[in-house]
Amino acid sequence: MYEKDGEQYYVVDGHVHIWDARESNHRNVHGKQFIDCFYDYHRNLSPDEMIWDYDTYTYYGPERFMKDVFGDGHVDHAIFQATLLRDFYHRCFGQTGECLDLVRQHPGKLTYNHAYDPRDREEGLEQLRRDAEQMQLKGVKLYTAEWHGDSRGYRLDDPWSRRYLEACLELGIKNIHVHKGPTIRPLDRDAFDVADIDHVATDYLDLNFIVEHVGLPRLEDFCWIATQESNVYGGLAVVMPFIHARPRYFAQIIGELLYWLGEDKILFGSDYALWTPQWLVERFVDFQIPADLPEYPEITVAQKKKILGLNAASLYDLEVPRALQLPAEADAGTR
Amino acid sequence: MTAAALSLEAQVFSALATVFDPELDQPVTELGFVRSVTIDDEGVEVHLRLPTSFCAPNFAYLMVSDAYEALAELPDVGRIRVLLDDHHDSAKINGGVAAGAGYLGTFGVEAEQNLDELRRTFQRKAHLAAVERCCRAVLAGGVWTLEELPMLELFDLAEGRLKSALLRRREAIGLPTGSHARVLVDHIGRPAGTPDTALWLRLAAATRISIEGNAHFCRGLLATRYADPVGAAPVVVNTRSRS
Repeated sequence: MYEKDGEQYYVVDGHVHIWDARESNHRNVHGKQFIDCFYDYHRNLSPDEMIWDYDTYTYYGPERFMKDVFGDGHVDHAIFQATLLRDFYHRCFGQTGECLDLVRQHPGKLTYNHAYDPRDREEGLEQLRRDAEQMQLKGVKLYTAEWHGDSRGYRLDDPWSRRYLEACLELGIKNIHVHKGPTIRPLDRDAFDVADIDHVATDYLDLNFIVEHVGLPRLEDFCWIATQESNVYGGLAVVMPFIHARPRYFAQIIGELLYWLGEDKILFGSDYALWTPQWLVERFVDFQIPADLPEYPEITVAQKKKILGLNAASLYDLEVPRALQLPAEADAGTR
Repeated sequence: MTAAALSLEAQVFSALATVFDPELDQPVTELGFVRSVTIDDEGVEVHLRLPTSFCAPNFAYLMVSDAYEALAELPDVGRIRVLLDDHHDSAKINGGVAAGAGYLGTFGVEAEQNLDELRRTFQRKAHLAAVERCCRAVLAGGVWTLEELPMLELFDLAEGRLKSALLRRREAIGLPTGSHARVLVDHIGRPAGTPDTALWLRLAAATRISIEGNAHFCRGLLATRYADPVGAAPVVVNTRSRS
């Protein structure tokens, strides 16, 4: 919970990781290139005093995670988004075991979203069923641009992908997070293309599609699709740190998202440990659209509360203390 | 001034200035993507660099091959080498462009189709963003209203950077550039319908913000990666013994 100027905010960090990108885990040079790329994002967009040294960045472990996210970070609930990258790392990039241990140790505070790859076909489907039960999955995180063997990626509307989405429906995995942002080796397949979201969102109305990184670098394509689909949401991971490095650009993105998607479909995420949630939450609460961008209305406290946590709480059925709900919702709960 | 009156260095830079990042819609020379230029008696060698090693290989290939073709237009340039540094597909792209293998020849089984359609997609977006910039300026001028904008012709735009940028984008996608051509048209020249003008412009604005934002991001990452000031000039070495 974060409190400022007498307002209390329930915070859900919708995008966190525990990764291991130490040299001992690199399968090949791409493992090194990948974490170096993340480290450049971190150095480029963080305030100076928030920049880590490289060794800490490659692996920080569960204790540091808990301190940064829940201790210093004002976060009430955090959602792990799996990033496996099995072609780059021996024991995957995201550390499933460590994440699940933390979920067990801190009931109610953490959710673990695992990943699948529809190119694993029947075998992967069986694995998904086992994972769903063991990990009690409510959501998954998919990388449509991930290279695997000879394949340069897949689309959500591929026949095999559709079978996996049907399995998600059956298994109660209702939140489908999709990485549509900075690349992971796509080639001629346009990895940022969000057109596949459009198709499956229409076909699977009981699933929620959360487009991570709001489709950057194709914000306009995402906005156009999201405005037509009731079950498409935008995740702000990677967008948030622009609040420091490029505040006008951040204002324009938030302004566009509020115009096209509306205040109920935007979710906060720090992408920890790319960035730590503490300063992002604080700056967002303090943030306002600059006066010389009159095309965007002022952001209200209620909108900030929804974006920072209430929207995600609703997607994940999290129990929000009454004092932290919006007045209308709190009233509705008592009737 | 004739081409012969320009130094070869200047000619090389003007040629490279015609190479655009397809997505960011800015020349590689302004983005800091040109790392070095070496001119000797044998020819010209240019090194390009990108903000991360994970920049999409299709865009990387387009820029390297466009640079090669732009330099090949120069008279008496000699052997041309364009090399992309520090990219996960550097070796593949550099070898393929040097051999004139084309995109499909370079990536073989990994490529499914050539890049023409991808290039066209970004040319259309660049055009839409250029229309929006011109329209914003016109509306800010106070003479035209939103309702009147569909009647706006190229003739009505003030001469300057915004108009010339729009004309360049129109040429790229094959739209007419005559003074009585309408401004508010899509990539195939269809007019934006009057009742939808506001929405149409709004989407164009989102496109412009998206392109500009990506450019901010890439410039920042490039500066972080190479620890040099944004816009730092490339290293130039000219040892050519003849002029």
